[in-house]
Parts: sequence; structure tokens; C-alpha cells
Amino acid sequence: MNFDQIILLGSIFIPALASIVLFLEICKSDKIAKKIAYFSFGFPFISGILLFLRFDNSLEGYDFVVLFSRTGLQELNIHFHLGLNGISSPLFAMAGIVGMGAGITAIHSGVDRLRLYLALLLFMQSGLMGLFASIDLFFYYLFHEFALIPTFIMIGIWGSRDRKSIALELTIYLTLGALVSLGGLIALNVLVDAPNFDFPSLSRAVSELGMESSVQSNIFGLLLFGFGILVALFPFHTWAPRGYDAAPTSVSMLHAGVLKKFGLYGLIQIASPLLPDGAMFWSPLLLWLALGNVLFVGLVAVSQSNLKSMIGYGSVMHMGYCFLGIAVCSSLGAGSAVMLMVAHGLSVSLMFMLAHNLYTRTGTFEMDDMGGMASKTPLLACFFIAATLATIGLPGFGNFWGEFGVFLSLGEQTQHRLFLFLAALGIIISAIFGLRAVAKIFFGSASEAHSSRKKNNQISDLSFFEMIPAGIILASLLFLGLWPVVVSQRVDREIQTRFESQDRTYFSQTTPPCCPPEQESLDLNSSLPSKEKFLSNPEY
Amino acid sequence: MNSFLTFSNDNIWYEIWPELALVLGAVIVLSMDLFSKRERGFPSMAGPFAIFFQGLLFSFHLFDYLAWHPTFDRTTFSGMLSQGFKGDVMRSFFLLSSFLVSILGHRYLKANLLRVGEFHHLTMLATGGLMLLCQSDHFLMLFVSLETVALCFYSLVAYDRESPKSLEAGIKYLVFGALSSSLLLFGIVLLYGVGANPEVWGARFTGHESMDPLSFSYLHTFLAENPDHLLLRAGVVLVLSGMAFKIGAAPFQIWVPDVYHGSPMPVTAFLAVSSKAAGFFVLLNLVQGPFGGISDFLLPLLGFIATFTIFFGNLAACAQRNVKRMLGLSGVAHAGYLLVAIMASMLFPGDSDRAVWVLFFYLFVYMTASFSVFGIMGLARTSEESEHDFSNYCNLAEKRPWMAFVLVCGISSLAGIPPFAGFISKVLLISVAYEAELYFSLAAMIIGVVISIFYYFGWIREICFKPDKLHDDDSLPVDPWETVTTSGFVKIVLISLTMASIVFGLWQAPFGNSF
Repeated sequence: MNFDQIILLGSIFIPALASIVLFLEICKSDKIAKKIAYFSFGFPFISGILLFLRFDNSLEGYDFVVLFSRTGLQELNIHFHLGLNGISSPLFAMAGIVGMGAGITAIHSGVDRLRLYLALLLFMQSGLMGLFASIDLFFYYLFHEFALIPTFIMIGIWGSRDRKSIALELTIYLTLGALVSLGGLIALNVLVDAPNFDFPSLSRAVSELGMESSVQSNIFGLLLFGFGILVALFPFHTWAPRGYDAAPTSVSMLHAGVLKKFGLYGLIQIASPLLPDGAMFWSPLLLWLALGNVLFVGLVAVSQSNLKSMIGYGSVMHMGYCFLGIAVCSSLGAGSAVMLMVAHGLSVSLMFMLAHNLYTRTGTFEMDDMGGMASKTPLLACFFIAATLATIGLPGFGNFWGEFGVFLSLGEQTQHRLFLFLAALGIIISAIFGLRAVAKIFFGSASEAHSSRKKNNQISDLSFFEMIPAGIILASLLFLGLWPVVVSQRVDREIQTRFESQDRTYFSQTTPPCCPPEQESLDLNSSLPSKEKFLSNPEY
Repeated sequence: MNSFLTFSNDNIWYEIWPELALVLGAVIVLSMDLFSKRERGFPSMAGPFAIFFQGLLFSFHLFDYLAWHPTFDRTTFSGMLSQGFKGDVMRSFFLLSSFLVSILGHRYLKANLLRVGEFHHLTMLATGGLMLLCQSDHFLMLFVSLETVALCFYSLVAYDRESPKSLEAGIKYLVFGALSSSLLLFGIVLLYGVGANPEVWGARFTGHESMDPLSFSYLHTFLAENPDHLLLRAGVVLVLSGMAFKIGAAPFQIWVPDVYHGSPMPVTAFLAVSSKAAGFFVLLNLVQGPFGGISDFLLPLLGFIATFTIFFGNLAACAQRNVKRMLGLSGVAHAGYLLVAIMASMLFPGDSDRAVWVLFFYLFVYMTASFSVFGIMGLARTSEESEHDFSNYCNLAEKRPWMAFVLVCGISSLAGIPPFAGFISKVLLISVAYEAELYFSLAAMIIGVVISIFYYFGWIREICFKPDKLHDDDSLPVDPWETVTTSGFVKIVLISLTMASIVFGLWQAPFGNSF
């Protein structure tokens, strides 16, 4: 076992062990508990970045592979199999970074029963790291559940208003999604019967087996809707904003930022390349549903006056772009979706964290009760504006490359141009609610209740421990925005081979006659760079 | 004379020594209670003896029969009993379960000032009956052992003679049990009547007249030859109805909540685990043995029953506030899931026993989870013991952390939440159902599991989450957890059950390559 494998295992098991230590109340003092928490949030953070840097870019497939095969389920071809590939390594690093941010926020949040809080959060972190490091699909699912279950408990114990009913709603909703997707995964396991229950073996077995397209579309449907519920796909999204609204900040950060990427990751890594006919079958419906995410949920976000629910709806809205990227069934779309997943994870967790910082200063999430904060807290205002711009998708931040790529992939095919036009409207919508929130909170005159607090000098700027995580996350967003090739190159290498067959069918498709002629004006193909150029050239 | 000789030569009493030992132990327990000097203040040794004896018997049986010298398939007692590895697994299962019932019962009896000796006596006798039931290869043996078990349970359910609820539950169980026994008996009679009579209308005989018409192997060939015979089908349906009563499957589930509610807590656990497991194993024997020939007729029937059971159990449990009734109804839902495994075992491609092993694993997991839940519930000191409401568990996590931990782990395992073993057992069940292509039952199962989250998580919510300040004033006048004392032994047993739930959820290698 070499160094890389050890830190890969460590990034999963150190948080888990720390969680058990804190849970069993072995140490009675909060001070030591905080130190343990720092260490065990820091380890995945550092190992995520280290493994991201040490990842062998020339390698196709998995790096840092760890295999333990005697799990007792070997008859079902299930083995404990860890490793990172081009798609998972940026997400793994992102999980480490967001986990660090959420951890520091939690340590300094001053909740009651802090040790239990940290224990559950660390357990969640361990599940998140394991999720992206799993090659075996069963453990991929299992780690997801490890991360999911603390969410329910933490919302129930430390949540804000209506926490009990929201915790129950969330549990039922997400269990439904998890079980439907589990049904899809087991169907894959049983029907394909590959020697290992992981993507490479499955895809080899599928290519030998030649699965029928009706079977493919059934399984893809199970996976799509199972994962879709977990990612808050349009008609199944209602749990998400309510949940984030009620959840304590660190949980919202980890859930909206990292855990929700589980379903998208599954669709990109497994479902779409393995079941191309199924993906094609569901693509038209998925396009409309994703558009529902972008436009419908986006408009709902505009009407929110509560900052936290606005961020919640906004995050659900941006999931729509990821779904659009998946729905076009091409390597460009899927690759851009991965890019957007990484960037969105960072930006939405930053938003939740800053909203929490605002809450500790103003005592409210209602944007109408804030106002004129920029004069007192210039640094917080800076961070918040940067995060908002990142969410909108301004060039310079990682989100831009993701959204831009999704638009490009939509533009490649004439039948998708209508969606391109409508999805681009989403940018305007997110600019409306994002910038309006900035204006309401930081500029203008303060409300009465708020101005008295301001007068008494109760409002201070960001402290050191609030700045560190915000700084780290913002720096990674900027890094991603200015130098996307570090991510896009390895994603590209992984995705190109997976989506080879889909790309072939995709580019050979003729334009259907139903496409209206006025769409011609939206033809961006000639003026925009080709996808190879985009995904591998740092200049873009 | 000659036939008598073969008969007596065929009775190898050694083969059923665990049952005999159990009966001997039961008699010793009873006599210990008889001769103990209770009036002089000596505590009766019957309880500790029963626990120790059964623990010893269990470990001996586990190692000797399962680990070191696995039994070959063979029949003894002139074809009355058939023994094999699977039967031995179930024997160990029942011994373990009755060991746990005795431990929980011992504490419960002391706390509620009930008589000790008879309880352990009846438990051990019932377990002996269950063990014979699982090996029976003949309808006569099946009925006799089933009645032995049922008689013990009738008195166990009504054990708390001071409590009207317990008596009422006893009467209900007696009435429903008698009904189901009569249905079973009538079904057996119909099978016998057609099977033993060559002149009966419509049946085909191809020269098995020398065989015993009630033995499973004869009925297997006979039913396979006459799959469309109306009387035989009626007999099969009636026999299945009798078994459906045992496992609490719809439409014979109606006794479950009332009897669970009224009976003393350890008896509820005993009913929920051992009685149900026996029902399933017998059902498995039946559908793979005598009824194997008419699986085309049975599958739709069982499929309908399974779906109905799953939906009834889960939906009815949602409305319950009393946890014992809720657990009873959720047990009905579990019976529905297990019926899916039974169907899968009938359909399974090839001769693979995977579905059977999945059934065993599920039962084992169900046992660990149920005993930890019932064990904690038995510790509570409510004024009227059976009134276990959700509100009694309000904020238990802060009052008694370890009890809440055991309870929450048990509930989660029942609900099938990872990392507990209940999750793995459900995954295995789903995968087996997929392989058997039971898509409809599978969908019902998945929906059922999602519904079950509502009531299981509702209970966890009460345990873990602080009550809202608004409702503080209507909290209970007496806190049922305040004066609870536990011996270290009970604590160790409950914690190890919880550990088993967690360990087997993460690592199934001890079960080998069975799945």
C-alpha cells in the first residue's frame, strides 16, 4: 500500500473514526473535540488537494486503486473497491474543500451539544469522501446513505422552524429517491452480471451482452428518476429549498454543495455511458424537466424574500443546467456538467456560509430587514458579491465554464436550440435574484430594527475564522475560473472514451424538420470554438 | 412384529437430542420452581438456570451442528422428520431466540412480579415444538408440533393474569389460533382424502400406493400429477391459510396488533420472531416440497397475498401511535417482504438456494433488531405496561443515551437504513426478487419500504429530537424511564445485539458465499 492509497483511505476513515470517538464521548471537553474536528476535517481537505495534484493525467481509468474483496457479498460481485478517475478526482477535491469550510463554520458556530454535532458532521464528511472515491457501485450507494442519514438527524435536532416535519418530509422523499435508484443499480447488477460491480467491468460486460434498448430505457428511467429526486429534478424539487431553509448551515453547505452531486455523478459516470439508448430515450423529457428547473424554480427564487430559501431555490435552479448537459447526451454536455458540478458545489456552499455569517450579525434571514450592510462589513460584502457573481456565471469563476459549455453543447444540435434560448434566459433570472439580494442586503438604507443594531456597533466585519473558509472556497472558484484546464483536461480524457458511441450518433443525427426557421439566427456553431478546443485549451 | 421392529429401528432418538434436552430442562425448571422456598425469601433459581441451560444448548448446537459436523440430509422416525443443514440452521435460530426471550423475560418477570418457573417452562417447550416443526416431513408431525407450539403460546400470551389486556389478547389468540388450526386440519384432511383414496373422482394414480399418503414426498408427486384437481387445490389453499395465520399474512393478519398489544413484552418478541420464523420455514418446506408441483397455481396467489400484506401492514402502521401495535403491523409488512423471498425461492433459476439463504439472513437480522427494540421497550416502567405510546419515548436520547442508541439502531435496522444489517437484507431480497423477475412484488416492496419510513422515522424523531417548547406542559405525569434499572447482563446482551446489527450490516463475510 503506497502513500496515495493510504491518504485516500485516510480521508474516508479518519473522519469516520473521529466521529465515533466524539459520539462515544470519549473526550469530555469541547476544546479537544474541536482539535479532533480540525484535524479530521483538515485531513480530507489536504488529501483531496494532494490527490488532485498527484493524479496521473496521462492515465485512463482509475488511479490510487484500493481493493478488498472479501466483503461477504462477493457472490453479488460486490467488492470494496476505491480509486479516483478523471471525473471523480475534481469532485473529490471539491468535497474536501467544502467539507473544510463546513467544518470550520461548524466548529465556530457555537451550537449546543457541539460534540454530537461535530460527530454527525464528520460522519457525513466521511460518507462524502467515500462516495466520490468508490469504484464499486454498491459502496458508492452505501457511502451516499452514510452522508444522507446524518442530514435527517441534524435537521431534526438543530434545525430552525418546522424542523420536525421537514426532517420527516426530507427522509421520506430522499428514501424514495434512494430506493428507486438502488432498484436501478441492482437491476444493473443482476441483469449484466459482470465479474465486478463497477463501471469498467459493467461496460465491458454490457458491450459483450448487447443490452436491448427497451431494457436500457427501463433501467435508465429508474436511475434517472431515483437520482433525479435526490438532485431535486423539477417536479421532485420541493424538498430541497425547505430542507436547506431548515437545516443548520454546515449541513446545507455539505448537502447542497456536495451530496446533491451524487445523482448527477451517477448519471454521468454510470447511467449515461452504460445505457446510451436509454439516455436517448429519456433525453427529450429530461430536457423539458431540466428547463422546468431553470425557469420555473428560477422564477420562484426571484419571489423569495428570505435569503436562505432564495439560495436554496437558486441551487435547485442551477441543477437544471447540469441536467441539460446530461440530457444532450454528448461528451461536451456531460463534461460541462462535471465542470458546473464542481464550481456550483463551491459557490453554493460559499453562499450558504456567507448567509450564515449575515445571520449571526443581523439575526434574520429576511432580506427586507437588512440593508446598508456594506458600510459596516465591507469584507463580507466583497465575498458575498463575488459569490453571487460566481453563481450567476460571470467569466472568471468556474461556473462560467460549466454553463458556457452546457450552452455550447445545446447549440451544437439544431433541435436543441429552443432549449438553448430558454435556458439562456435563466442567466437573466439568476442575475435578477442574485443582484437584487446584494442590493437589498448591502446597499440602500437600513431598516429600523437593523439600524438600531448598527448604531450600537453590534455589527463587526468577518472574523479570522470566518474569512479562512470563505477565502479558500473563493480562491478555488477563481482558480477554476482562470485555469479550467486542470479540471477539463482530465474530465475530457475520461469522458471522451465513455461517450464515444453517443457522440457518434449525436453528430450523425440530421436536423428534424420540425425546427422553426427563425431559430437559424441562434446558430452559434460557426462563431464558437469546437468542443475539443474548448475542453483542452487553457486559453478558453 | 416385523413391522414393529422396523418402526422401532427407525426411531433414532439421538437425532432429536436437542429437543429432548430442552424438554428435560423445561421439566427441571418447573420442578425447581416447585421446590424452591419462596416464602423464606430465597430467589428462585429457575430463571438463571433456564438462561444458562439454553445458552449452553445453543452454543453447543451452533458449533457442533453448524460449524463442525454439518448434518447430511436424512429422514428418521419412519419419514416423520427430515433433517438437514437448513433445518439445523433453524434449530440454532430458535435456540438463540428462546435464550434471548428467557433473558428479557427474567428481568421482565421480576419487575412485574410474575411467576418465574412456568414462563421459562413454556418458552422451552414451545421452542422444542418449533424445532420439531421445522424438521417435520409429514403432515401429522406438522400438525402435532404446531399444536404443541400453539398451546404454549396461548398460555404465554395470557401470562399476566392480572391484566385484562393480556387476558383479552389470550382469548383473541386462542379463538383465531383455533380457527387457523381447524383450517389447516381441514386442508390436510382434504389432501389426505384425495391422496389416499384411489377411487376418488378425477385423480390420477400411478402406483405410489405403498407410500404414506400424508408424507411430503408422496404429496409432492401426487400433486404434480394432479395439478388441476379442485379438492386438492382447496386443500392446499386451506393449509396455506393456516400458515398465513402463523406468519401474520393478509387476510389472516387481523389478530396481530391486538395480541401484540396485550401480551407481555417478552412474549410479544417471542411471537414476532420465533413463531413467525417457524411459519416461514414451514411455508418454505411446503412450497419446495409437497406443493412444488403446483407452483403455477400458487405463485399468483402468493404474489397477491404478499402485495396485500405489504400494503396493509405499512398503511395500517402509519396510523398507530401505540408502538406495540405499530411494531405488530410493521411485522405484518415484513411478512409480506419475506413472502417475496418465498416466491423467489419457488422461481429461482437452477437449483440455487440463494433465495433461501436470503430468507435466513433476513430472519436473523429481523431477530437481532426486534429483540433490541422489544428489549428496550420491556425496560420502561409505564403504569399500565402495554400503553406504550410514542410520547413515552419523548426525548429518550437525552435521558438514557445508551437505551436510545440501542433502540434507534434496532428501529433503523428494521426500517432498512444503512449501515445496519436490515439494509443489506433488503438489498439481498431486492436482488433475489429481480433475478426471479418478480417485478410487481418488487415495486410493492419498494413502495412499502418508503411508507414504512414514515412510522419508523416518526418514532426515531420522538426519541432523538427535543420536543417543541409549546407542548411541554402536556408531557406525561410519570416519566417511564426515571426509575429504570438494568443489570449489566441485560445491558451487555442488548448492546451486543446492536453490535451484531451494525457489524453484519458492514461485513457479511461470516455468512460465507451463501448469497
